[in-house]
Amino acid sequence: MHIVVCMKQVPDSAQIRVHPVTNTIMRQGVPTIINPYDLFALEEALRLRDRLGGEVTVLTMGPPMAEESLRKALTFGADRAVLLTDRAFAGSDTLATSFALAAALNKISQEFGEPPIVFTGKQTIDGDTAQVGPGIAKRLGLNQLTYVARIADLDPAAGTITVERRAEGGLQVLQTRLPVLITMLEGVNEIRRGSLDDAYRAARAQVVRWSAADAGITELARCGLKGSPTIVKKVFAPQGRAEKVRQVPTADRSADELAIDVIAAIFRTQPPLEDDLLRFAAGQ
Amino acid sequence: MIRDKFDAIVVGAGPSGNAAAYTMAKQGLKVLQLERGEYPGSKNVQGAILYADALEKIIPDFREDAPLERHVIEQRLWTMDDTSYVGMHYRSDDFNEEKPNRYTIIRAQFDRWFSGKVREAGAVLLCETTVTELLRDPQGRVIGVRTDRDGGTAFADVVILGEGVNGLVGQRSGLRPELKPDTVALAVKEMHFLPREVIESRFNLAGNEGVVIEAMGTITDGMTGTGFIYTNQESISIGIGCIVSDFAESGRTPYGLLEAFKRHPSVRPLLEGSECKEYAAHLIPEGGYNAMPELFGDGWIVVGDAGQFVNAVHREGSNLAMTTGRVAGETVVWLKRRREMATKANLAEYQRRLEETFVMKDLRKYRRIPDFLHRNKHIFGVYPKLLTAAAQTWFRVDGVDKRAKEKQIFQSFRSGRTLPGLIGDALKLARSWR
Repeated sequence: MHIVVCMKQVPDSAQIRVHPVTNTIMRQGVPTIINPYDLFALEEALRLRDRLGGEVTVLTMGPPMAEESLRKALTFGADRAVLLTDRAFAGSDTLATSFALAAALNKISQEFGEPPIVFTGKQTIDGDTAQVGPGIAKRLGLNQLTYVARIADLDPAAGTITVERRAEGGLQVLQTRLPVLITMLEGVNEIRRGSLDDAYRAARAQVVRWSAADAGITELARCGLKGSPTIVKKVFAPQGRAEKVRQVPTADRSADELAIDVIAAIFRTQPPLEDDLLRFAAGQ
Repeated sequence: MIRDKFDAIVVGAGPSGNAAAYTMAKQGLKVLQLERGEYPGSKNVQGAILYADALEKIIPDFREDAPLERHVIEQRLWTMDDTSYVGMHYRSDDFNEEKPNRYTIIRAQFDRWFSGKVREAGAVLLCETTVTELLRDPQGRVIGVRTDRDGGTAFADVVILGEGVNGLVGQRSGLRPELKPDTVALAVKEMHFLPREVIESRFNLAGNEGVVIEAMGTITDGMTGTGFIYTNQESISIGIGCIVSDFAESGRTPYGLLEAFKRHPSVRPLLEGSECKEYAAHLIPEGGYNAMPELFGDGWIVVGDAGQFVNAVHREGSNLAMTTGRVAGETVVWLKRRREMATKANLAEYQRRLEETFVMKDLRKYRRIPDFLHRNKHIFGVYPKLLTAAAQTWFRVDGVDKRAKEKQIFQSFRSGRTLPGLIGDALKLARSWR
């Protein structure tokens, strides 16, 4: 089975800072990483491949330096890497990104075989929109399963897949027909280390590089900044909350008394919590 | 297991490993290089000064694209007490030459660049891959390495160990004993960021000119060690280091020394208003010639810090690392051309070639120095105080006549160190230096 994983190289948000005066994100010198959510998608894809055979292709759109993250994905064990890179893609929002990636996926189907499953992470840590995966699914007419916590069953012969999807109301068990686009939730697996052979293969592998034209894209007006109706009006750092810690005087008071005071203070700010606890205590 | 067999496996992607891998790959050898860090330079720490000569012999046109900070035009040697320093400064416009002699660099950037050249030359580099042990055949010859990855073995005609000061692979494989606390220094450093104009005005620089300050004295609190301040383009590297056994004996902490060094009235104004964005610590092999382990054996060669190739007196290390790496690489290429095996007898050529370079000549010249400094710690405590006190007596104008001042200075040296002590120190130093 051929599986494609769409991933993105993002700035390591743990090390990003907002400029105090201009409020812009200071990207300079910030290391880049594979979007952490995409790694759960990649590991899930690798596990399916290990079980069912076939190959995993990783696809990313980005500047030439995004090749680093693809090579890393190869080190983890992916079989092939495709980099979609063109100045025409610069400034893409989610609409333009899903347009370009959908075109690249069509090209991948022609060149390397049609993938019954396309994975993405739940969302990226820089954009946080969770729109690109569903956008690709819609454009390619794939059934979409978002926020997937587990693949419960996959029957390639019957062309069906059953997954557990985490939703607000609880856990949904969904079944659909292939081909499908899955966006993976975090924490469902752990990316493997990659064997020495994988690392050696990755170091020497040729990453497939496609421009817009290579990917068969003719409508450049739908790419990049031109094809992006989203306008970022302002970026700002949220104000920190004024009061984070309240100090309680401890002189001459027992720990019990202090604890009761603290609990009372919490209940004052969150009354439903008290009701819940009382109900719980009454065994309801 | 990697099925391909290599002409050489290089352990480590620091200056020595990169020099070795580059030299061999450039000559068409099949080279596998293994680095435990996320990328070359991610774990490498140095002051850092780059000595152009050693790199020029490997990549003659390195200045075209290497990430260099400032070329050094001024060297300041400071002898310090708690409130003052006596300095010897040498500054020359001659160092503003077409091909400058010394540069400040930032290793995380420089090592990455160097590694790019190594890969361009054709070596295959695998990062985040730690070599855990050497593989040997039944006769004891080293034939490859085992790594911490699944299926983690790779085989080669020769293994070059540029694994750095700790040298865990070599230790674990019984090639050399554990490091002794009195032969390694522990150094800590911080990178303080300042606008380039501020650095240039504070240090009296223009353009890419740079200053190096090396300091000794009461800043190490009687321990054997030195401090340093280097100017980068938009940051200042400041650090201090002492012999590990001295730290153990005194109970002082390295970061405590660094904080005190930064607070010194002569240093604080240089850092004023800066932001510390990075801190690091590293061991430096300072045992010199007498602490050198075996440098080669059947199927293996040691290069760089792992072989104790550091000239502690002149603060040189990366140039020795690059030179040993290059010479090791050239030796392997030479054997390959002659279709000879990397036996211990054949690899002795490595040491023979090293003997003809400054590396062995300098290390041999200074072979008595580490021991001398170890046994004469007062060099770092008593003399700086005497020297700065003498300077103060000499320069303060207070109605005391000059002959009396001369007498006072002489007297302070005699009571501080006694006449036989002074003469003894001078003789011992002269003998060690020779």
